[in-house]
Amino acid sequence: MKYVDEFRKPELISRAAEEIRKLADSNRHYRIMEVCGGHTHAIYRFGLKDLLPANVELIHGPGCPVCVLPMGRIDDGLSLAARPDFIFAAFGDMMRVPGTHGSPLEYKARGMDVRIVYSPADALKLARNNPEKHVMFFAIGFETTAPSTALTLMRAKDEGLRNFSVFCNHVTIIPAIRAILDSPDMRLDGFVGPGHVSTVIGCRPYDWIAKNESKPVVVSGFEPLDILQSIVMLLRQLRIGESIVENQYKRVVPWEGNRAALRAMAETFELRPYFEWRGLGFISQSALKIREAYAQWDAEQRFSVPGVRVTDPKAAQCGEVLKGVLKPSQCKLFGNECTPEQPVGALMVSSEGSCAAYYSYQLHKPITISNAASD
Amino acid sequence: MSTQATLAPKISFRETQIEMSHGAGGKASRRLVEGLFAPLLFGSSAGPLSDAAHIQLDGTKIAITTDSFVVKPLRFLGGSIGELAINGTVNDLAVSGARAEAIVVTFILEAGLPTEILEAEVRAIGRAAEKAGVIIAGGDTKVVEHGKADGMYITTTGIGRPLSGVEISPQSVKPGDKVLLSGPIGDHGITILLARGELDLEAELSSDTRSVFPLVQAVVRAAGAGVRWMRDPTRGGVATSLNELARDCGHGIVLREEKIPVRAPVRGACELLGMDPLHIANEGQFLAVVSAEHADAALHALRSTPGGNNAELIGEVCEQPEGAVLVTTLYGGTRMIDMLVGDPLPRIC
Amino acid sequence: MCLAIPGKIVEIDPQNHLLAVVEVVGVRRKVDLGLLQDDPPIAGDWVLIHVGFAMSKISEADALDQMRTLMMLGETEAAMEEVRGYGLGEGETDPPIKGRNHEIRG
Repeated sequence: MKYVDEFRKPELISRAAEEIRKLADSNRHYRIMEVCGGHTHAIYRFGLKDLLPANVELIHGPGCPVCVLPMGRIDDGLSLAARPDFIFAAFGDMMRVPGTHGSPLEYKARGMDVRIVYSPADALKLARNNPEKHVMFFAIGFETTAPSTALTLMRAKDEGLRNFSVFCNHVTIIPAIRAILDSPDMRLDGFVGPGHVSTVIGCRPYDWIAKNESKPVVVSGFEPLDILQSIVMLLRQLRIGESIVENQYKRVVPWEGNRAALRAMAETFELRPYFEWRGLGFISQSALKIREAYAQWDAEQRFSVPGVRVTDPKAAQCGEVLKGVLKPSQCKLFGNECTPEQPVGALMVSSEGSCAAYYSYQLHKPITISNAASD
Repeated sequence: MSTQATLAPKISFRETQIEMSHGAGGKASRRLVEGLFAPLLFGSSAGPLSDAAHIQLDGTKIAITTDSFVVKPLRFLGGSIGELAINGTVNDLAVSGARAEAIVVTFILEAGLPTEILEAEVRAIGRAAEKAGVIIAGGDTKVVEHGKADGMYITTTGIGRPLSGVEISPQSVKPGDKVLLSGPIGDHGITILLARGELDLEAELSSDTRSVFPLVQAVVRAAGAGVRWMRDPTRGGVATSLNELARDCGHGIVLREEKIPVRAPVRGACELLGMDPLHIANEGQFLAVVSAEHADAALHALRSTPGGNNAELIGEVCEQPEGAVLVTTLYGGTRMIDMLVGDPLPRIC
Repeated sequence: MCLAIPGKIVEIDPQNHLLAVVEVVGVRRKVDLGLLQDDPPIAGDWVLIHVGFAMSKISEADALDQMRTLMMLGETEAAMEEVRGYGLGEGETDPPIKGRNHEIRG
């Protein structure tokens, strides 16, 4: 087992696609949301839309931490890093995300010390190796990424490393799903659940979606066969009128999640009363802040943060796209003023943002454009 | 402004300052070249946008190209900046359908650069030139203050002799033509990424830098006038080169994913870092579009030439999707693959 | 939203048992095992890697189960078996599949 190629086998993919066609009731239109941007990316990368019948529609959800980060937070982070002897460390994903005066990459080209790190642990290593500088890690991500930041904070404290801090933008997925379900113009039949977030939080936190909202949830892996199998499982539930939480990604996701990861998060983080999401607005208890016990390593507690707020351009319909009300190509700015190179809205920023994925993989495809127009 | 107005060049480049992405070989680079350089320097003709040009001089046709080399680190597994400079220049000429004859080299050196590093690169240049059968005809040296260059930059200009019987232009590319690739992709780009050490990754992989002229010559001999277009997919990778072709010829290019050769470590690094091998730089591969009737012969010729045994027919030119590149999978999925925006960056999302 | 990739543990750092060298398709990297301290993996185990941390041990038994299920797709009989196999209609409050050790009939 290599856990990759096995789940890309063409003959099994064809079979799973065939099963989806059989299960989908031709008199019904299914709207299934894949919550996670990783799924959005995989769906485009593997061309899975081509394998689905026209009445099984995938709606791209809010699970892209880069996309939902308000521009003001980027401005705040970059303004902190303008201090002398600062190193701004962030994942590659952040590097091209525009702030009001440019992206981290543009700040780097102008002379700021900006480093791409693959891991929060690498940012800590930077601090160890550059004792005369201060390393600020610009943390983003959902519950998959937050435990790694948590453990890194704990290590920094253990080592008494004073020249390291975290600018925390970690967010949590459940409140975002709730915000989407609360939206009045929303109609969804079920959810492809975020597999990698679930390695940490487990499958229980989705119970309310199945019980109270009567929508099936299938926690899914990211290979083509995983996603197709999850759609099969959702269609089977819908066919018999069930709504339960199922775990398609059992090889990786324990039902109860990862307790060590949850402990590390509980040790270092607490919920913010509210946090702004780009496209969705303020959502209560939807983000993490660093606990006071770790204040020395919290860039927000240690330095004074300007607290910039930047509103998205009115013409950008990011919120509607994020909630699945509009397809990316139905936004007025899509492909004209707003492109991956010069993004106006949040969803064009990250390669897993649904607009960017739509633009990169589908824009020129006449069939997609006509579909979108006829919707 | 007023003199420009009388010349009336259409400058469409509106960005207020130069960013890294303008040199990364993707869309931003293209905007700069087409929006600023071309209208001011090449008039309205869209002709001279390729890396090398063929010009008439007293009735003799010669090929000319120029390139500059900026790489960190200067040395890496499988090569170094000096070797890249020669092979890159030879390859730009080769894919224009010309054999490199002579190169002039300019060094921009940073004060404080250890002589032994410079010497190693000069030696590497000598060796690569000898291997490629090209003479170093001259050069220039400039030294800039410490901190103003990453050790050294190299700029080259090369001239070459056009091969007879081959006329290469994107406009000659027609639906039905086949796309050939000389070997596995991404080796150079991933080697450099790993050599920088920032990502803490290790793999047994080395840069593919080499002269592709013998392989180009094999294709030209086998397919002659059937060779429509060639390109060495350096920065921006295969995806960027083929998107440029698709845009220039107005047709679609459809690739078969399973036919695209990628070595395991390149694939592994791309999976881990969320990159696409089609966007990763190469320094020793080239793409050729060949007419359908010559495709088998060209592929056979490539594979029979040393260093060409991994060559593949990776796709074909189609009417649709117009001006774009589509990748198809064995199970019937398709995806559009765009030019790269800036440098490939590792992602965690 | 989160890129995570399976990798095989090649060796555990003898100095620091929370560090391991992991291989992903011919690429190696040191990976932090701190999030798996409740159930530490050993050399030869496969783990899911995200931002340089091992998030979860990968269960070969569950992967094989999934492959079997997938191979059964397309046969109506088998499909009905599957519906039962997933536990539909069994209890309503308890999850039909209790974590990684649950066996589905294949």
